[in-house]
Amino acid sequence: MADTHILPPPTQVGLATPPRPAAAGIVISNLALRYGARSIFTGLSLDVAPGAFIVLLGTSGVGKSSLLKIVAGLAKPASGRVTTTNGQSLSGHVAYMGQTDLLYPWASVIGNVMIGSRLRGQRPDTARAEHLLARVGLADRAHALPSELSGGMRQRAAIARTLYEDRPIVLMDEPFSALDTFTRAQIQDLAAELLQGRTVLMITHDPLEACRLGHHLVVMSGTPAQLGPPISLRGTTPRALDDPELLRTQGELMKLLTPQAPE
Amino acid sequence: MNSARMIALRRIARPLITTGVLIAIWWAFTRISQVPAYLLPGPASVAEALWHQRTLLMWNTLTTFNEVALGLLIGTLLGAACGLVIVFSPLMQRWLMPILLLSQAVPIFALAPLLVLWFGFGITSKVIVAVLVIFFPVTASFSDGLRRTDRGMLDLATTMNASKFSILRHVRLPAALPAFGSGLRVAAAVAPIGAIFGEWVGSSSGLGYMMLNANARIETDVMFAALFVLAIMTVLLWVVVDRGLKKLLYWVPDTTGAPI
Repeated sequence: MADTHILPPPTQVGLATPPRPAAAGIVISNLALRYGARSIFTGLSLDVAPGAFIVLLGTSGVGKSSLLKIVAGLAKPASGRVTTTNGQSLSGHVAYMGQTDLLYPWASVIGNVMIGSRLRGQRPDTARAEHLLARVGLADRAHALPSELSGGMRQRAAIARTLYEDRPIVLMDEPFSALDTFTRAQIQDLAAELLQGRTVLMITHDPLEACRLGHHLVVMSGTPAQLGPPISLRGTTPRALDDPELLRTQGELMKLLTPQAPE
Repeated sequence: MNSARMIALRRIARPLITTGVLIAIWWAFTRISQVPAYLLPGPASVAEALWHQRTLLMWNTLTTFNEVALGLLIGTLLGAACGLVIVFSPLMQRWLMPILLLSQAVPIFALAPLLVLWFGFGITSKVIVAVLVIFFPVTASFSDGLRRTDRGMLDLATTMNASKFSILRHVRLPAALPAFGSGLRVAAAVAPIGAIFGEWVGSSSGLGYMMLNANARIETDVMFAALFVLAIMTVLLWVVVDRGLKKLLYWVPDTTGAPI
C-alpha cells in the first residue's frame, strides 16, 4: 500500500524561531476510514517533523476534513493510529481552527481568546490574552462582541485564541476560506509569523495559500484516497505573492488538482 | 427638540393614539347604535366601574397575578428541566415524551374541572392549570435549541479538553438561550389564559372569579373593567419578559432593521 512520506523539519536559513522546546510532530500510521461500505481511505501514513508547516490539498469530498478530525481526536478511524513524535496521544497537544472562526457569539473577543481556560475550569490568564490580542492587532477591540467585528478581525481573534492554547500542534481546516483575497493574504502573513516553530497541518483549497505558507505540500486524491509525494518548497514563509518558485509550484498544483474534462 | 427625544415621544404617543381612536369608535358605536348597556356598556360606564370597584379589582388582580407569576416560574423551571432531560437521556426521552404529549393532548377544558375538584377553589389548582399550558412551549423550544448546537463549536471545545458538563454549561446552554427565549415569550403570553380559565371553572377570588360573578348579575360594565385590567396585566407581563430576554440575549443580532 502507500508508503510513509516523511516530512522533515523546515530547512530555511535563519529561521526566526527555533522549534519550541515542547515541540512535537505528528505520526499518522496506517489510518483507514470507512463510511458503511464505502472506503474513504486505507493505509494512510504521514510523518510530520516538529516545527514543519504541512499543507494538505485535495478536491472537495476526498476526505481531508475527516483526516484532520481524526488527527484532532474528534473522529475515530476504522483502524490505524495517530501519535505525537514522542509517542504520546495527541489529546492535549493540539489546537484546532475550523472552517469558520467558531467564535462564541455571546462572549467578548477577549472572552473568546480565553475560552479554553473557562472550558477547563482554569483561571483565565488575562495578561497573556491581552498580549496576544495586541499581537494580532485587536488590542482596542478586546471587549467588543464578535458580531461587531469584520471577517478579517474575527479570523485574527480566532488566531489569538489558537495561540492562547499554546499547543505544539495546530490543525487548521480551511481557516481563511471565508475571507476576501486581499484580507486573506494579510491574515496569511500574520499566521505564518505567529505559528513559527509549531507543527502545523493545514487543509486548503487554495493553491496560492498552500504555496505561501507550506514547507511541504501533500495532495490527497483518489478513491480510496491516497497521499501523493510531498512537494517541498524552499525559502522563508510567508512567501512573497510574486515569488517565482511560488508561482511555478502553484501552476504545478493546479495541473495536479484540476480534474480532466471528459473527451 | 432633539431627534432622540422626538423618537421617544413618538414611541409613547403611538399606543396612546391607537387606544384613543379605539375608545372613540367604541363610544360612537354605543351612542349611535343604541345597544343596551347590559350588552355593550360605553367607555364612560366602564371607567366608572373601574373607579368604583378599584379596591375589589386590586385584590382580585393580586390573586390572578400571583397565579400567573407562580405558574410562569414553575412552568418555566419544569419546562427547562424536561427539555434538558429529554435531550441528554435517550432513556428518559422514551419514557417522558409520551407523558408530555399526553398532558397536551388532553384538553385543558376537560382537565381543569378535575384539577379544581382535587386541589380546591384556592390558588393551587389555577397554578397547576397555568403550569400545564406554560411548560410545553418551553420544553419544545429549549430542547430544539439544545439539539442544534453548531458542530464546530462543540468540536472546538472538545479539542480544548472541556468536560461534558463544561460543554453543556459554556457552549450548549448559551447557544440554546435564543430558542428558550422564544418558548418563554409564548409562555408569558398564554400564562394568564391558564390562570383565568382555572378561575372560571371554580374559584373564590381573582379576576376570572370577578368576571364570573359580574356575568351572572349582568353587570357588564364590571365585566369589561376586569377584562381591561387583565389585558393591561398580560401586556405588562409580556413587555417585562421581552425586555428581560433582550437584556439576557444582548449578543443576538436583531436584523429586522437592517437593509435587505
